[in-house]
Amino acid sequence: VSATTYAWLVLAFPLAGSLICAFGFRLLPGRTPGWIATGAIALAFLNSIGALVMLLDEPSDAQQLTSSLWDYASAAGLDIQLGILVDPLSVFMCLVVSGVSMLIHLYSVSYLTSDEGYARYFSYLNFFVFSMLLLVLAGNFVLLIVGWAFVGFASYALISFWYRRHTATTAGMKAFVINVVGDVGLVLAALFVFRELGTFDFVEAFDAAPETFTTNEGVIVAICLLILVGAFAKSAQLPLHTWLPDAMEGPTPVSALIHAATMVTAGVYLIARTHPLFELAPTAADIAALIGLATLIFAATVALVVTDLKRIIAYSTISQIGYMVVGVSIGAYAAGLFHLMTHAFFKALLFMAAGSVIGAMAGRQDIDRMSGWRRALPFTSLLLIIGALALAAAPGMSGWFSKDEILDFATERGGFYLIFTVGGYLAAFLTAFYAFRIGFRVVSGEPCEEARELEAGHLAHAEPENPLTGEREDTGVGFPGPEHHIAERDRPMWIAMAILGFLSIVAGLVQIPGVDAVIEHFLEPTFEDSPLYALHPSTGEAWMGLGIGGLISIAGIALAYWCYVANPGVTLRWRDRAGALYGFLAHKWYWDELLDAVVYRPVLAAGRFANDVLERFVVNGLVSGTVGVVRGVGAVVRGAQSGFVRAYALLLVAGFAGLGLYFLIVSS
Amino acid sequence: MDVSWYLVLSALLFAVGAGGVLVRRSPLVILLCLELMLNAGNLALIAFARANGNEDGHVFALVVMVVAACEVVVGLGLIVAMFRRRLPLNVDDLRGLRG
Repeated sequence: VSATTYAWLVLAFPLAGSLICAFGFRLLPGRTPGWIATGAIALAFLNSIGALVMLLDEPSDAQQLTSSLWDYASAAGLDIQLGILVDPLSVFMCLVVSGVSMLIHLYSVSYLTSDEGYARYFSYLNFFVFSMLLLVLAGNFVLLIVGWAFVGFASYALISFWYRRHTATTAGMKAFVINVVGDVGLVLAALFVFRELGTFDFVEAFDAAPETFTTNEGVIVAICLLILVGAFAKSAQLPLHTWLPDAMEGPTPVSALIHAATMVTAGVYLIARTHPLFELAPTAADIAALIGLATLIFAATVALVVTDLKRIIAYSTISQIGYMVVGVSIGAYAAGLFHLMTHAFFKALLFMAAGSVIGAMAGRQDIDRMSGWRRALPFTSLLLIIGALALAAAPGMSGWFSKDEILDFATERGGFYLIFTVGGYLAAFLTAFYAFRIGFRVVSGEPCEEARELEAGHLAHAEPENPLTGEREDTGVGFPGPEHHIAERDRPMWIAMAILGFLSIVAGLVQIPGVDAVIEHFLEPTFEDSPLYALHPSTGEAWMGLGIGGLISIAGIALAYWCYVANPGVTLRWRDRAGALYGFLAHKWYWDELLDAVVYRPVLAAGRFANDVLERFVVNGLVSGTVGVVRGVGAVVRGAQSGFVRAYALLLVAGFAGLGLYFLIVSS
Repeated sequence: MDVSWYLVLSALLFAVGAGGVLVRRSPLVILLCLELMLNAGNLALIAFARANGNEDGHVFALVVMVVAACEVVVGLGLIVAMFRRRLPLNVDDLRGLRG
């Protein structure tokens, strides 16, 4: 069995699982849909491993396999195939996506047990995994766009999963609209590529690009900027990030899978995939890196003040994706993708732990109401702290190795790129602080009411309410059903979190400077044409970077300890003293308001103008003018219709006679 | 005999028919005049067929006869229907199509 056959099977199982759950939802009892969906993803994961094994058997210069099922379109000069590209990058992404998805499916089996839309949920979730795998396996721009749009739809469907909660449906629409902005950019980029290079195929396009374009030519920069529009919309980078915090309206496992671990990293994948184009357009790559830097600092500052547990983690996701975007844009491809992997582990873990805490809080998400869960939820607390340590890049954790590798690379490139090192370390300090703002506030302190109840053995149940607005809701909408599930009492949740916790600790060991570089060697065939891939910080410099990163992380954690454990309440005094800054951060730098003023209101005003002026006077005027002309002409012509049949006959005879005379005269 | 004699007769018959259609008011007579015009045409066709020595004109004449027969069926049917509804049998009084 070849690697491409395995890759097709990777796609087939989630699609089959989605269809089975969708069509069999009346027949499948209890948790069956969940187990079917989880099994489908597990099979996809096994096939990803199969593809990996077969790919490693190939010599490293032949690790780019393509396969096509049939032609989409084959016309003059146009040849679009339903083709996949199996190379180290796509196999790497398949492994991360299907592996993390499998664990999150497992978690969902318990977490959504009492939800009315159980089968629907798993059908959507499997469809999402299928789309994401299609995206990463696509061998040409057309199939990439298909997968790209599919994940956008899956994201919309799952954000709006509780469709009777109006905040969820509007958040879904917002996500979809912003993603469509990105789709437009990506489609235009693909059309530009086709116009310039005459092909949609990745391998052919990337081979032809260096001969067609000179470095920093206008066209290639335009192509890369259009690709970036797509990547930034999907990966929630400035200024297209506003949908991601709102996307937390979906169920918590969805936030873990789609809006933290996999879909939002599609932009990072896209930049890595199209790196031959970006290396021809260093200007576009630098712009991407600068936007990534701005995003990662911006999101880290907002995460300092948000109080909704899931939204803090969402801003942290935006910030961490900023690191990845910086990484793949400055040429640290292996480091960026390494961070993508470790982030998938620890961020999924954080969301799962958050889901468990939210379950114990009976659906409430405000961290101001949470405290002292360490005795009531020992397992969840432990894994929350592990996730926070990995996010804070504490020494030895996976996030430490991956994040600092990106920053070391920026240092190695030197010059202009040093701003990424400095900015990255600054944000790393904030990251460590807000990671333990979550950690300490949830875990330590006096147990809150719900925690005391749980210590006595009663899991809190409250009237279902919208965590954002506090509105009352009917059960079966909002928070997953009338029963609440916590990791301590549900084995599938427990297992999924334990595996991710283990991976969050040890995943960094695959890429220790001076010891091993598994990911870098594995990905080398994809990036071998890149001159930047050979650039490495020396082992000593890399360890120095890790040392600085570790110190910054410990400093951030220590500050968080001082603020939230040693001197609780000190942050409230700071907030009162720096009210203006706090307001600025609490309003998320007024991005929503800015987009509202710059995009939404002008469009609305244009619509009103079109309705009041264009429609009323121009369009209506044209229509009624035409009507008037037709009516006037009709009034004149009507006179000829006298109703005298003999008059008609006379006209006919006279007409023919006239014609006959005319032809006689002409012919003679 | 020269073909022009036949054509003159045909033209005279056609003129009589056309004049009848234009002048008379009774639908029945108008129908008769139409038949006269059609047969004038037939006469011309047959005359030309004979002059040219082939059968094409005969074929057309036969087709015209078929059409004429159909037309009479419809026309007479209309006239009978008008009579039964006690409508005036005068085309100048039937002005329902005035614009």
